Amino acid sequence: MTTPPTPTPGAPPVLLRVRNLKTYFVTEHGKGTARAVDDVSFELYPGETLGIVGESGCGKTVTSLSILRLVPEPPGHVLPGSLIEFEGRNLLALPAPELRAVRGNQIAMIFQEPMTSLNPVFTVGDQIAEAAIIHQHLSRKAARARAIEMLRLVGIPDPDERVDHYPHQLSGGMRQRVMIAMALVCHPKVLIADEPTTALDVTIQAQILELLDRLQSELGMAVLLITHDLGVVAGHADRVVVMYAGRVVETAPTDALFERPTHPYTEGLLAAVPRIDTPRARLHAIPGQVPAATAWPPGCRFHPRCPYAWEKCAAEEPPLLEVGDEPGHTARCWLVSEPERRVLKR
Amino acid sequence: MTLVDVRDLVKHYAGERSWFGLGRARAPVRAVDGVSFTIAAGRTLGLVGESGSGKTTVGRTMLRLQEPTSGKVLFADNDVFGLDRDRLRALRRRMQIVFQDPYGSLNPRMTVEDTLREPLEIHGLKGAVTALLDEVGLDAAFAKRYPHELSGGQRQRVGIARALSVEPQFIVLDEPVSALDVSVQAQVLNLLAELQRKRRLTYLFIAHDLAVVKHIADDVAVMYLGKIVERAPASRLYAGPRHPYTTSLLSAVPVPDPKAQRQRIVLQGEVPSPASPPAGCPFHPRCPHPRKNERCRTEPPALREVATGQFAACHFAEQPM
Repeated sequence: MTTPPTPTPGAPPVLLRVRNLKTYFVTEHGKGTARAVDDVSFELYPGETLGIVGESGCGKTVTSLSILRLVPEPPGHVLPGSLIEFEGRNLLALPAPELRAVRGNQIAMIFQEPMTSLNPVFTVGDQIAEAAIIHQHLSRKAARARAIEMLRLVGIPDPDERVDHYPHQLSGGMRQRVMIAMALVCHPKVLIADEPTTALDVTIQAQILELLDRLQSELGMAVLLITHDLGVVAGHADRVVVMYAGRVVETAPTDALFERPTHPYTEGLLAAVPRIDTPRARLHAIPGQVPAATAWPPGCRFHPRCPYAWEKCAAEEPPLLEVGDEPGHTARCWLVSEPERRVLKR
Repeated sequence: MTLVDVRDLVKHYAGERSWFGLGRARAPVRAVDGVSFTIAAGRTLGLVGESGSGKTTVGRTMLRLQEPTSGKVLFADNDVFGLDRDRLRALRRRMQIVFQDPYGSLNPRMTVEDTLREPLEIHGLKGAVTALLDEVGLDAAFAKRYPHELSGGQRQRVGIARALSVEPQFIVLDEPVSALDVSVQAQVLNLLAELQRKRRLTYLFIAHDLAVVKHIADDVAVMYLGKIVERAPASRLYAGPRHPYTTSLLSAVPVPDPKAQRQRIVLQGEVPSPASPPAGCPFHPRCPHPRKNERCRTEPPALREVATGQFAACHFAEQPM
């Protein structure tokens, strides 16, 4: 982990700025518009790891796909007024050739399921070399040498042989290493890692996370780590954005988030995680389930499941309010301004 | 009182033949290679392991959803592998299973009500679907719905209701919460604990997640390459693991606390193929134990009692990591 940058004026320049991002999907059979990502804003600073946490359907993956304009249109569309600024340019307004020069080159992405993201009919060497040939104009020979070097970097044994292997000849953990090698071959400034270890066994997950940490400090890139796992975030992110129902509900430096979770959703999620470091006890469960993206509740979107909610929560959605303990700790909850209401109803 | 007694269970899968079935057979896959344990009535045994450890095969073979290669399973003193069809069917009413993927294990063309009624009819039982739904926390209105209209957590509740419908004594829970979101996972784990208390159920809880198992199991068995490498009461296993694989697994579980001071062991390499397990201790190629030596490479360690109720298959179980 690197030291968290302080998001104050005069601090390091923002590398990637997401502002008022809205990505909606038109559903079939006229069931309405799914507002998957609904006014999301955050910044990514050079060299840091920003965790985006949330459960299925919160919009975290659509957010990451929107950054690289990988959302299929139709049915999806990014609404006018959304801004994704990378080094001063709005990626959403970039012509296709210029976008391609950024995508896979300066901003790269790895996905949850490496088998479906690798092409089964090309060798892993060809797939790693492709980006180096396209973006860095390396010769085939030089690109192959770079592919071998990348395989070595990501800890694949016998890289000279493995470079000619096909994805099906590799284990799940090895495939994820190949994905990482592909993503890093052009030394991107931003790596978007969408649930990079979810499909892996716990001992392999530990290997991959250790590898990402090492590569980040060696290559100095910023990482956007998208995960549902609060344990992964606690160990690897500098700052955290918590998403619920298409919205950012809390942002904080990692230590502050875990010490003083402020949004009732964050609090509930933390209490629901089974832990090996605490005595066995009945788990706290958040009642109900995530509402459908076509019909988010009015007011605060969490209020139907919130143990503290009162009339105001159903009527009026809170903005992201400064919690006040540390710069950058915000929560979208009226409890921030009315803390005396934090009383469990019976 | 022991309800389930598994003795030296072995399940090998014949090796595939090369050349489209005409060539030589490859070595058999030793999915389960001599597993023994007992579960007392009303208790939960957590069976933990990574992909390919054989944990799921143990659960399915015990219920004879697959035929074993050898070994014995006694269920309430009935020899499960020795029963004929009719008696097996009668016994199956007392032993049920809940699968990981509730979507794959529910018939998409059957309503919830049909799904729950079918086992009752097969076994000639009377029972009310609405009472079952109520017991798993679903409103009676769900009876008329189809699986695609349900969320993952609701589907898993239907899967549990189906298992409960025939009033079993024993349920194999095969990764019942791994596909669920954290908040829903907690709901289902609490439901399982509550049902166990109310109905005096006995569980075999199969999972890859040691943190989840800690919240439900009384005893835990850890599998690696078809063998149990450690078995102990949960409190002992989590407080003082004796096998280096258990120690490593525990240290690899992410903890939602950025300040946690923990020993981190990152195991190198991957699980070898169960078709060609290493000689000696199957864990030795990845073992981080500082005392690992020639003996580990040649002599398979037996599962032996190293402390009261705690069994470990390691030559150095007396000097744990």
